[in-house]
Amino acid sequence: MGKLTPTRRAFLAGTAGLVIAATLPRGARASDGTQPFVPNAFVRIAPDNTVTVLVKHIEFGQGTWTGLTTMVAEELDADWSQMRAEHAPANVELYVNALFGIQGTGGSTATPSSWMPMRQAGAAARAMLVEAAANEWGVPAAEITVSTGVISHQASGQTATFGDMAEAAANVSAPAEPTLKTPDQFTLIGKDVSRIEAAQKSNGTAQFTIDVFRDGMLSVAVAHPPKFGATVASFDASGALDVPGVERVEQIPSGIAVYAQDTWAAFQGRDALDITWDEANAETRSSDQMMTAWAEAARTADLVAEESGDLDAALSDAAEVIEAEYRFPFLAHASMEPLDGVLEFGDGQAQVWTGSQIPTTDQAAIASVLGLQPPSVTINTMLTGGSFGRRATPDNHFVAELAQAARAAGPGAYKLQWSREDDMRGGYYRPLTVHYMQGGLDSDGNIVGWRNNVATQSILAGSPFEGMIQNGIDATSIEGSTRMPYDLPNARVAMANMSSGVPVLWWRSVGHTHTAYATETFLDELLERGGKDRVQGRLDLIRSDAGRDRAVLERVAEMANWQGVDAGNGIARGVALHESFNTYVAMIADVSDDGGQPRVHRVWVAVDCGIAINPRIIETQVAGALGYGLSAAMFEEVTLLDGGEVDQSNYDLYRILRHSEMPQVEVSIIESTMDPTGIGEPGTPPIAPAVGNAWRALTGETPKRLPFVAV
Amino acid sequence: MSISFTVNGAERTTDADPAKPLLWVIRDELRLTGTKYGCGVAQCGSCTVMIDGVAQRACVTPIDAVAGADITTIEGIEGPEAEAVKAAWTELEVAQCGYCQSGQIMTATAFLQETPNPTDEDITFAMDNNLCRCATYARIREAVRRAADTLEA
Ligand code: FES
Ligand code: FES
Repeated sequence: MGKLTPTRRAFLAGTAGLVIAATLPRGARASDGTQPFVPNAFVRIAPDNTVTVLVKHIEFGQGTWTGLTTMVAEELDADWSQMRAEHAPANVELYVNALFGIQGTGGSTATPSSWMPMRQAGAAARAMLVEAAANEWGVPAAEITVSTGVISHQASGQTATFGDMAEAAANVSAPAEPTLKTPDQFTLIGKDVSRIEAAQKSNGTAQFTIDVFRDGMLSVAVAHPPKFGATVASFDASGALDVPGVERVEQIPSGIAVYAQDTWAAFQGRDALDITWDEANAETRSSDQMMTAWAEAARTADLVAEESGDLDAALSDAAEVIEAEYRFPFLAHASMEPLDGVLEFGDGQAQVWTGSQIPTTDQAAIASVLGLQPPSVTINTMLTGGSFGRRATPDNHFVAELAQAARAAGPGAYKLQWSREDDMRGGYYRPLTVHYMQGGLDSDGNIVGWRNNVATQSILAGSPFEGMIQNGIDATSIEGSTRMPYDLPNARVAMANMSSGVPVLWWRSVGHTHTAYATETFLDELLERGGKDRVQGRLDLIRSDAGRDRAVLERVAEMANWQGVDAGNGIARGVALHESFNTYVAMIADVSDDGGQPRVHRVWVAVDCGIAINPRIIETQVAGALGYGLSAAMFEEVTLLDGGEVDQSNYDLYRILRHSEMPQVEVSIIESTMDPTGIGEPGTPPIAPAVGNAWRALTGETPKRLPFVAV
Repeated sequence: MSISFTVNGAERTTDADPAKPLLWVIRDELRLTGTKYGCGVAQCGSCTVMIDGVAQRACVTPIDAVAGADITTIEGIEGPEAEAVKAAWTELEVAQCGYCQSGQIMTATAFLQETPNPTDEDITFAMDNNLCRCATYARIREAVRRAADTLEA
């Protein structure tokens, strides 16, 4: 058992039970300097023997509730059936994501940033329960064992549950450095414990933001400008106020807010508004015009992100030079639950219910609008119907709009509900992007030069995270283009920063959404031109220090019994390898030509995400992320018409993958003792290039403009 | 003018605008929140309920069209098909974010009530109009299959 700190780190929460707050090395220092560390509070053990884990990362499908709870339960030696999960409140001191410095979820960091803190919290709780039992039974703590939720002292025959010891453990000091298990001692990690919220999501009882109702609550719909950057010039609310159920109309910074007795009346009232817009500062270019400008800029991109050798000389000496231009559209996240939030305020306090991906800055933004201190704003993070990055906005625009609407109407409770159309037309898209590539081959077909120019709009520029941009290069614009696993001599990656009035945002796997496609299809084309096998050719190029890349590629080739691109019966195979967020993924896809568009029959996936916390959830995340990437590659595109209006407003024109288009997916996880890495995003990037490569094997052409299918 | 119907066996009456979609009556008036809003235009299936035993999109069903009808939501489905479907969904951990799943379960239940021994193609066809942005499609297929097999056994 670890050494005990003199100060108590345990406190009673509510009327009964124990909140165990482990003292953690990464905790922030208290401002008065008298406490060595501010404690983290992750575990609550109730007298009824349930153990609740306060999960610091939003659960929107990726499995954080189960994954983080597993880490605690493992070190606690709990019985899985006694474990519960709930979202932690907004409190950056207690629930910081050490990889961000604030409380937030993104970049597939929930697992890696929780791996130590959650296990330490579980181990500390266990040590305190053991200490409490030792005191109560008058036996040495070292003789006490804990297994599947039962504390035992064999010699005296004493046993107790965690619930029995909860109160006594509250009086025990937490160990400073609780001893953690080694991977060979794991009994829950890696063992497919059941998903903690599976039942409530199978009977309609799971509570999402849209399901929150407060007494006297008004529903709010906001009329937004039809073009990005336009503002309200004037408006007439009389039509809206005539709609039964509409209570009031207010102008707020983002548009005109209609308040009504229920959602339908708010939507109807909004439709009845008469608004004149000021388009003086609006973005009026079409996305086609932007694409042309981006493509031109890509040719001459000169902001060098990575360079080796002498590319110009290599290309002029090359036996053959191949070039390609790739065009990627704006993409909408199109999460199934449109953006929504509930806010209730009065008496200097506010309560918010929403799917908050960055609670720290959401809390600050709401507090600032309402003129409160952030701690006076309580954020209740709700289960959320997808996000894929959409609810992590550096400008906190959605919760700011909610707070503005509330402020304009005064103390009370408000539900801001975006319609599907608001959500689809509202911007915050994956940036429109062009890659211009050149590759040189020598007379033996070996790659001797590699140019990758990227023209795109920075996500971080102009946001509070702008400071992360280095030398003009926003890493999220080019990630996946640099630090490739291959030895490519005379390589240059450069970029051109483009700007538009369209707000852009991270979209599941961020820059990798386009870089994986451009690099892995272009490489594939060069290998083909050089007469190389697409798997062996890659293996020959993989750097000696890129063993994890090599292992997933070898594994997937073995799974699919790779014999080359022709699989017979009109089916061709494509392969792709791409690491993102420190997780390594290789895919092979079987594709046929279905009346001029790809039909993906089967996909094999090998993934290395370090220690697999829950293999079943990893498999579903990989399949889901693959489906998300395939959907975008096949069908998705947000276009701005001439004049700047968004063309798509619902799933009819913004077509997403359906049941009948989902391939059969087989996932193999590389056995590992490395620390776990994220799994929410890395399954997305490789699918599009795997399918694009198969398509070239079928038709001779890589699709160079995404999506593959015009809707 | 008030409109009457039953929801999950209970008599209900509303004074709502006759054009108001059933979805918003169910959610905002009756506070049965399992039925979800995803698109509002019959494109996604998140709002699927049963009207006189038939799976329908509540978001495009005006409330006056259900006068006298028998409506069942996710909260009220019962019987062997519903039990088999919910059990299969839980055991196979179909849901990721879960938002679309009430609609998936309603569609699957109505389908199995109509089609006791479905082929895999029948299942795909029946479920094809319920979108899932998390792409849980493979697990959905497995779960409908398992529910069908359980019912047959
Ligand atoms: S909400 Fe009714 S089909 Fe989408
Ligand atoms: S589970 Fe998320 S939309 Fe289906």
